[in-house]
Amino acid sequence: MNVHHSTNSLETPESRGAQSGVKPVENVIDCDIQELYYGTFKAVRDTRIPIEKNAITAFIGPSGCGKSTVLRCLNRMNDLVRGFRFQGHVLFLGQDIYAPAVDPVEVRRHIGMVFQQPNPFAMSIYKNVAYGLKLNGYKGNRDELVEQALRRAALWDEVKDKLHKSGLSLSGGQQQRLCIARAIATEPAVLLMDEPCSALDPIATRKIEELMLQLKERYSIAIVTHNLQQAGRVADKTGFLYVDTSQGGRTGYLVEFGETERIFKDPQEAHTKEYIRGEFS
Amino acid sequence: MEIPSDETQISRPPTSWEKFADRVFRGLTYVFAWLAVLLVLYIAGQIAYYAWPAIQERGPGFVTGQTWDNNRDVYGILPEIWGTLYSSLLALIVGTSFGVVAAVFLSEGFLGGFLYRVLKIFGCQNHPVLGKLPSFLDSLLKNLIELLAAIPSVVYGLWGIFVVIPLIREPCNWIHEQFGWIPFFGTSLSGPGMLPAAVVLAIMILPTITAISRDALVAVPSKLREAAYGMGATRWEAIVSVIIPTASGAIFGSVVLALGRALGETMALAMLVGNANRISVSLFSPANTLAALLANNFPEAGPKEVAVLMYAALVLLAITLVVNFIGAWLLQRATAGLEGLR
Ligand SMILES: Nc1ncnc2c1ncn2[C@@H]1O[C@H](COP(=O)(O)OP(=O)(O)O)[C@@H](O)[C@H]1O
Ligand SMILES: [Mg+2]
Repeated sequence: MNVHHSTNSLETPESRGAQSGVKPVENVIDCDIQELYYGTFKAVRDTRIPIEKNAITAFIGPSGCGKSTVLRCLNRMNDLVRGFRFQGHVLFLGQDIYAPAVDPVEVRRHIGMVFQQPNPFAMSIYKNVAYGLKLNGYKGNRDELVEQALRRAALWDEVKDKLHKSGLSLSGGQQQRLCIARAIATEPAVLLMDEPCSALDPIATRKIEELMLQLKERYSIAIVTHNLQQAGRVADKTGFLYVDTSQGGRTGYLVEFGETERIFKDPQEAHTKEYIRGEFS
Repeated sequence: MEIPSDETQISRPPTSWEKFADRVFRGLTYVFAWLAVLLVLYIAGQIAYYAWPAIQERGPGFVTGQTWDNNRDVYGILPEIWGTLYSSLLALIVGTSFGVVAAVFLSEGFLGGFLYRVLKIFGCQNHPVLGKLPSFLDSLLKNLIELLAAIPSVVYGLWGIFVVIPLIREPCNWIHEQFGWIPFFGTSLSGPGMLPAAVVLAIMILPTITAISRDALVAVPSKLREAAYGMGATRWEAIVSVIIPTASGAIFGSVVLALGRALGETMALAMLVGNANRISVSLFSPANTLAALLANNFPEAGPKEVAVLMYAALVLLAITLVVNFIGAWLLQRATAGLEGLR
């Protein structure tokens, strides 16, 4: 796969946009899932979600509607599931990551992921953050990048004196920020976050939310959340997924997608209205 | 505690019978736990008691002596101590490397994954019967390896004599002729010897290492695997850098357990090691171990020799205990970093 980071390619869409004076809307990921199966079970259908550059895109919806499944499609994590099958395409910077020649491992190196449960490795804080640098054979100054990633993850001040202590010795919220630092240390283009705050207390949650708002200056973020208030606080765009059980199936699909404001204030679809009303009443 | 109650109250304090049962149960666990400890102490005490005359007569010279001669009443077990440690170490090196690799193979479901891809080529991966084959194969393989542990050691011994020795004799002698200047290949292999003993011993301890390591690898939280794969690790990188290190404590425990078995293994070694009172680093030289020495000499031992053999048994027990303590200590150090994972 041939990926150009806009930071080091000569002519970037931004520079073009700056010249013409128009802020371009550009998608890092264009995802079009027609049908998605786990074995014989059809889990998701008809879901098209763009992930916009330097913005936060939230996926909301009732539990089991396929939010995580869609998110894990975006960096081919689902390929690890025996029986996973997929029709459609996911374009990352214009290239189909499901094209036969593409190595899923490479995709995951460009598109980082943060999970629901904080999952630092059983190694030192430093080694956790440097893990991706090591994987990618980074030869430069690792100390510098580790510090930079920890600073961006708003964790540096809390851990700078104990970088060689185990990552597991941190609190839950700190562990999650460590995982964010680990994910951004290699400067991925996109950061996928699957309910990153659901295992955390409200204070740690607020910290992560503030962090996301800072991170979107540099990265494009897709986040799954079951917390509508959270989506309202951080997301620029929101997609509402729903699972229709009326005909016996349990297949999730995208009901509505748009500006977060609009989705919350003026939902067009009946399911969205109902869901948002239920949550806020 | 006095709590005002009315008709509808359901909560009540535990009855005296419940308290009694609780106390009895706790007492029983206590008794049985201590019984196991007492049993070990009792056995060690008995052995020491019978060994006492020999200990008094021979002192530490018994441990450093190198001859064993009933007629001249000269006894020394240094060659056996050497043979015990050397054969166990060799078996452990071979058994651990194969055992851990096999455990990784089993825990990652490589065979099932391969079969799944084959089925997928033919488009029958969701077939009601064929589709179950991959996971069936994975569990079959696991059970087969665990079955290795159930084979009696005398069968291993026979297999070693009739299969392993004839199989390796020619190649070993060729190696001796070509590379005889390397101490490990310094003698020729005429039949029983250190190498066949170590090979069979390695196979005997393999199921212990594989079964425990596999369980430990499977128990590595899937969130850690996801973390590694999510960072863009290849399968191999994830296994080596995250999965094995996370399971290393239990893997190490399995090795210590296996070492205990290797040190004390008797029957197969008595049949294969050659029972020669010799200290040699050569893999092809016949040798002896403490357990084999005991097994071979007890049947015809007079009262005086029994004391000597008891002394040797005490030494074997001490070696096993020391090795286990060192193992437990290392294990504790290895797992200290994993605290807070589960
Ligand atoms: N690895 C898997 N294998 C089989 N079915 C799965 C797997 N992961 C999720 N599913 C199923 O797919 C559906 C969507 O799950 P998920 O994406 O986790 O939903 P959400 O994140 O919205 O709660 C559920 O019915 C779930 O049971
Ligand atoms: Mg989910």
